[in-house]
Amino acid sequence: MKDISMHLMDIAQNSIVAGASKISIIIQVCDIRQMLYFEVIDNGKGMEKDFLRKVTDPFKTTRTTRRVGLGIPLLKQSAEMAGGELRLDSEPGKGTKIQASFKVDHIDRIPIGDIPGTLTLLISANKSITWIVEFKYKNADFLLDTDQINEVLDGVQIDNKNVLEWIQNTISQGINSVFGGVLSEVD
Amino acid sequence: MKSIEELKAIRDKALKEMSIRDNEDKIRIVVGMATCGIAAGAKKVMNAFIEEIEKRKINNVSVSMTGCIGVCRLEPVAEIIEANGEKTTYVELDAEKVRRIVAEHLVNQKPVTEFTVGAAER
Repeated sequence: MKDISMHLMDIAQNSIVAGASKISIIIQVCDIRQMLYFEVIDNGKGMEKDFLRKVTDPFKTTRTTRRVGLGIPLLKQSAEMAGGELRLDSEPGKGTKIQASFKVDHIDRIPIGDIPGTLTLLISANKSITWIVEFKYKNADFLLDTDQINEVLDGVQIDNKNVLEWIQNTISQGINSVFGGVLSEVD
Repeated sequence: MKSIEELKAIRDKALKEMSIRDNEDKIRIVVGMATCGIAAGAKKVMNAFIEEIEKRKINNVSVSMTGCIGVCRLEPVAEIIEANGEKTTYVELDAEKVRRIVAEHLVNQKPVTEFTVGAAER
């Protein structure tokens, strides 16, 4: 995977399949550790301890079409090649938290990619899910919550073209205001 | 916050237009968005469907995503499911092919046989 937005699309898909009604996506940069953290937290069905231990193994998957699952192993690889790691936390019936870290200035750190476009697609194709998006760096904080958006929309569908355009622009501005000058790929 | 005001303006405009729009989706387009699809460029394909449908003002079609359809080597894959349940599976898609599919399949109701899984498997 060439950027974090592609991993996001992939990992979020796991949460959707796990029946999550609420998915949080958090991207933050820690100034002291010089690390970039990418986190997906869901309230889906979670994983048993036994499965959790094996889930970074590509030959472990819930899929029935074939026996190889690459989503989590690929994210782990992206994190590790940039001096970071993958952390997984899950409880059956409660949900799953997956966190990948990357050294911000590591030469192999993949860029964040088209996060606004990916999130907009995820939101538009999964209207019944509450999506929470958060970007953090020092005191800068951006938060988007689709429940709040739906409240304002008052019956207008969130996948209305103009609404989606607004969402994409808002997330884009959020990235620029939080990570501008912090991540080399953001102006 | 300025942007919330913008959102409210968008809502008010949409509410006015809503009565004109046919809200019942009759045809579904489902794009495969598992690891295999994403790596092969499924996101561009999905965006192309959305853009083209919007451009041609087609109202009775919804675009959504699903996991792996099962033919990873032929990704990106999308299925068009008609109101009567009839399904066409298109494979090895790109934005250009999507534009033809929207024009020929959705507008003129003639499936583009050469892009289907049946043609690719032959």
